[in-house]
Amino acid sequence: MEKPLTKHIRKDQRPLSLKEYEKVGGYESVRKILKGISPKEVQKIVIDSNLRGRGGAGFGTGLKWSFVPLDVLKPKYLIANADEMEPGTFKDRILLECTPHQLIEGMIVAAYAIQADVSFVFLRWAYKTAADTITKAIHEAYEAGYLGKNILQSGYDLEMHLHTGVGRYMCGEETALLNSLEGKRATPRAKPPFPQISGLFGKPTIVNNVETLCCLPHIINNGADWFNELSLTNDSGTKIYGVSGKVKKPGAWELPMGTTLRELIEVHAGGMADGLKFRGALPGGASTDFLVEDHLDVKMDYTHVAAAGSRLGTGTVVILDDKTCPVGFIKNLEHFFAQESCGFCTPCREGIPWVEKILNSIETGEGRLEDLKLLEFHTKYLGPGNTFCAFAPGAMEPLQSGLKYFREDFERHIQEKKCEFKNFKFQVSNSVES
Amino acid sequence: MPSKMLTTEEIKEINHAIELVPYKKAACIEALKVVQQNRRWVSDESLKEVAAFMEMSPEELDSVATFYNLIFRRPVGRHVILLCDSISCWVMGYEKIKNSLNEKLGIEFGETTSDDRFTLLPNPCLGTCDCAPALMIDNDLYRNLTIEQLDEILSKYK
Repeated sequence: MEKPLTKHIRKDQRPLSLKEYEKVGGYESVRKILKGISPKEVQKIVIDSNLRGRGGAGFGTGLKWSFVPLDVLKPKYLIANADEMEPGTFKDRILLECTPHQLIEGMIVAAYAIQADVSFVFLRWAYKTAADTITKAIHEAYEAGYLGKNILQSGYDLEMHLHTGVGRYMCGEETALLNSLEGKRATPRAKPPFPQISGLFGKPTIVNNVETLCCLPHIINNGADWFNELSLTNDSGTKIYGVSGKVKKPGAWELPMGTTLRELIEVHAGGMADGLKFRGALPGGASTDFLVEDHLDVKMDYTHVAAAGSRLGTGTVVILDDKTCPVGFIKNLEHFFAQESCGFCTPCREGIPWVEKILNSIETGEGRLEDLKLLEFHTKYLGPGNTFCAFAPGAMEPLQSGLKYFREDFERHIQEKKCEFKNFKFQVSNSVES
Repeated sequence: MPSKMLTTEEIKEINHAIELVPYKKAACIEALKVVQQNRRWVSDESLKEVAAFMEMSPEELDSVATFYNLIFRRPVGRHVILLCDSISCWVMGYEKIKNSLNEKLGIEFGETTSDDRFTLLPNPCLGTCDCAPALMIDNDLYRNLTIEQLDEILSKYK
């Protein structure tokens, strides 16, 4: 089984130096394209590879690039979205900390494909180790002539800078990220104009996720067909999946796209922790609909997870076990969304805190049966088409599916006026730690 | 009004950030970071100094400063504890860690110990969910936390 993105990660996670990275074929894709593959041809290879964005939305990467006008004057920008902050998601951290040169190489490929001359890594503040590894790797890449003016005597120029954010989930949304890079509040922008036409400082801009960018050197080196064949399904490539929650061995693994949820949990994560049963899972972070036992054999790719009523999202799974309260679980998610709403549009700013308050009432035994209708009202009116960006609809995904799959838990809280999970929470946590 | 001016070193760092962007104002978040790094937090006075230097009104700069979780517009202690309160940590026992920290330090979220040693803040997902629960103190990440480890961890920070 091929693991192109993670095969050079050492056991102790120390990143490869530039020299070590070159020894295992690093920067080969940059040499290859600069020797005579045109930007349009690079775009065509990536379109044929069917690479889709690994940040959550799953938009075709090559298609996204193709809207950037190649003939306009510089500057044009390429940005690596390393603002990983989707609760339950820890896949980009691994790539950033352990394979910084792979990211830089991918960024050069992407930048070349759209003929960008300036690039930024937009890194979240909390990733201190990554900030060090990326800073060092950018410096090494400049020294070796992979960045700067006239890269490898090809006539192509690319500058690269690291920007560390100051903490806001909204910065992961690409137009909000651009506002933040411009020194503004991270609120989303209206589209059109799309960033490909008018992005950072009004110039053509592409924002790609870290894992997406890390796929690029391998696609250029091995071809589109190879990338398609890595997958078990029609959605190409490998995927860095993760599992967190009360399983025996939480972690992240690079596996063929289309690996089932059951294999992730039972094989790679070692199964549920002793004495606990699987109740449900968020397949790709906080803003994805729950999958439940019936879905364990769903292939974890964009198409199959969507057919099961959810989204692949970031592909990092959060597990809900049978001794953890689903109402408390969802309240925790909605607390996050209420806090992180940028406040720009009214339904999101006002609606999500109201949802959190209702969930709090239910959890503490003060809920009313009609509150369930109120929650359903919110899932509809904060859903797609009613808010300025995808933030609130994302926040409603675990709530709407939670109301569907765990309805009896909501009703029992209301009828019994208490949370019966509270009693054994401590016991279970102790057993997991011991 | 006497004003503590931006230091030469701060101006140098801010100017470096300005070089990377097409106009001065675009580097204002960097400027706030520089000042906070040196002064722990961004006081009203600091905010006005930065605004003047960046050719912005204090109100405009404050609208940016108050938007971001990690620009501190109120005083913080010598060390800031950021406790992850997101879903994986919550499932894995965040509340026990929180209660224990509240008890050991005698403070709630948003408060600073009377000796100015620690400020305790909640923080969204730290991106280390397979090693939950987790917290950061200053630049250091601690994972797979148990309440038994907390005394030793806290003792490293004076």
